[in-house]
Amino acid sequence: MTIKKLGPEELLALDKFSVDEGNPHIIVDKVICAKCSARECLIVCPARCYRLKNDEVNFEYVGCLECGTCRVMCSGKGVTSWNFPGASFGVTFRCS
Amino acid sequence: MADDKFDAIVVGAGLAGSACAYTLAKAGKNVLLVERGNTAGSKNVSGGRLYTYALELLEPDLYKRAPLQRKIVREQVMLLNERGATTIDYFNPDFGENIPQSYSVIRAVLDEWFAAEVEAQGGMVASGILVDGLIEENGKIVGILTGGEEMRADVVVAADGVNSLLGQKAGLFPDVKSHAVGVGVKETIELPDNLINARFGVTAEEGAARVAIGCTEGISGGAFLYTNKGSISLGIVFNPEQAAKQQRHIQDIFQDFKMHPAIQALIEGGTSVEYGAHLVPEIGYQGIPKQLHREGFLVVGDAAQFGINTGLIIRGMDLAIVSGLAAARAIIASPSTAEMGALYMKQLEELLLVANQRAYQNFHGIFEISRIFGGYPKLANDAMQFMFTVDGKTPTPMVKGLLRAVKKHATFGQMIADGWKAYRSL
Ligand SMILES: Cc1cc2nc3c(=O)[nH]c(=O)nc-3n(C[C@H](O)[C@H](O)[C@H](O)COP(=O)(O)OP(=O)(O)OC[C@H]3O[C@@H](n4cnc5c(N)ncnc54)[C@H](O)[C@@H]3O)c2cc1C
Ligand code: SF4
Ligand code: SF4
Repeated sequence: MTIKKLGPEELLALDKFSVDEGNPHIIVDKVICAKCSARECLIVCPARCYRLKNDEVNFEYVGCLECGTCRVMCSGKGVTSWNFPGASFGVTFRCS
Repeated sequence: MADDKFDAIVVGAGLAGSACAYTLAKAGKNVLLVERGNTAGSKNVSGGRLYTYALELLEPDLYKRAPLQRKIVREQVMLLNERGATTIDYFNPDFGENIPQSYSVIRAVLDEWFAAEVEAQGGMVASGILVDGLIEENGKIVGILTGGEEMRADVVVAADGVNSLLGQKAGLFPDVKSHAVGVGVKETIELPDNLINARFGVTAEEGAARVAIGCTEGISGGAFLYTNKGSISLGIVFNPEQAAKQQRHIQDIFQDFKMHPAIQALIEGGTSVEYGAHLVPEIGYQGIPKQLHREGFLVVGDAAQFGINTGLIIRGMDLAIVSGLAAARAIIASPSTAEMGALYMKQLEELLLVANQRAYQNFHGIFEISRIFGGYPKLANDAMQFMFTVDGKTPTPMVKGLLRAVKKHATFGQMIADGWKAYRSL
């Protein structure tokens, strides 16, 4: 094995997730995000759950590391609801 | 029903929650410790190094039972520029003597052990349960809600970490502010022990702790590296407000740091096995909410925003344990719920948590000196490069060469202003 620069997908592939299908624990309102100019979420979400697609902010809750950064940093109030995933869902850390 | 009622429900089996529940159970209290992760520690990310005094306060020799990694005997500070590194290495074998001062830890392992210790003392541990609300009656908190189910207790201890949704639900404080937290990202890299020992100059039981600046592209923040048994914990903590003002993703800045020649040389041959992220309380005393209790409800650990970051030292786990102990002592000593809050605050004073927080209360002013995160580490490396370059050409006089390195990164006016700011913060 050797050390190399890992991309976003490779980093998340290291982790174990159990996905609560169809039941996002964070709700992001696209209409609000469209008017947001700061878009902090794109830079600070450590899992890159927020991405720009055709100039639109897309949020994907799968891969969320449950850190809370987006909730704390969102200046435009587009993160309308932030909760932990339901019991037994989400990320499982084994050696952090 | 009175029989169903616990003396205390502790929410969150991190270090704060387990320290609290452990002490309560040991004193014969009927305590329930609730954790949303399937096992304690499975949601937690730390650096991490634990200062052992905290476990010792909880119970003498408890640390000997704990699954700790390596006792830290080497303290290293790295100043980085693009490809160079100036490293200060302080070796002190006495840090590992008697009661060692600190150990590297892995939270999934440590927290699971601690929760088992709570059970061994007769406490009840319920993992895989998310607490989603509080029960309030006659102005008191009298229990928790989970998936529509009620569980009651004389007191609920919120040990639910930096995001403390429960503290907010109890109406004690608003959500944490972005200027008061750092966002930490971390990769765990498996590396054979013989390589760790050789690269860091330690024996099998000993370890090194390293902090680094100059690797955050000027963003307020710094990196850490801890040696564990068979692995390295590598990460960066960023000021999220400053990070958001520039264009590069923090993940990319972190990966570039990992590939810095001086870091890569330490982890080469290793295997990346986990990637985690977590918020960390950053501004110390000034970030602690004014109100940490109401009747039937106490807030401990990261939920109370306890934390000390001096740039060289990151503390949170020890303060979590001390505050958990303080809450437990208050609960044990209180004749009724009415006195618990005041007693808890008194215990925080007596256990010197408040004094520790106060001693560093202006410290985060240092992190407003932007050159610390770029200019000065670069300056150090340029100065080193100048001093150690031998190429047969006519040498530049020492003073002139050093001044040239200095001037490239800061004016004397800036250095004096920064020095003054640093002095005022210390
Ligand atoms: C990158 C990084 C590096 C750090 N390095 C260090 C270091 O080297 N040394 C140090 O001392 N400190 C360090 N810290 C700080 C330290 O990790 C924290 O201060 C410490 O973990 C706080 O412990 P805690 O028990 O208060 O909270 P946590 O460890 O966060 O525990 C909270 C627990 O509550 C659970 N929980 C939350 N909400 C609910 C709910 N609603 N229902 C049920 N369960 C819930 C969580 O799953 C979690 O187990 C670091 C932090 C970070 C992010
Ligand atoms: S909680 Fe953290 S990992 Fe999850 S979406 Fe928000 S910033 Fe990203
Ligand atoms: S910062 Fe908030 S409002 Fe702005 S784009 Fe991101 S989620 Fe939407």
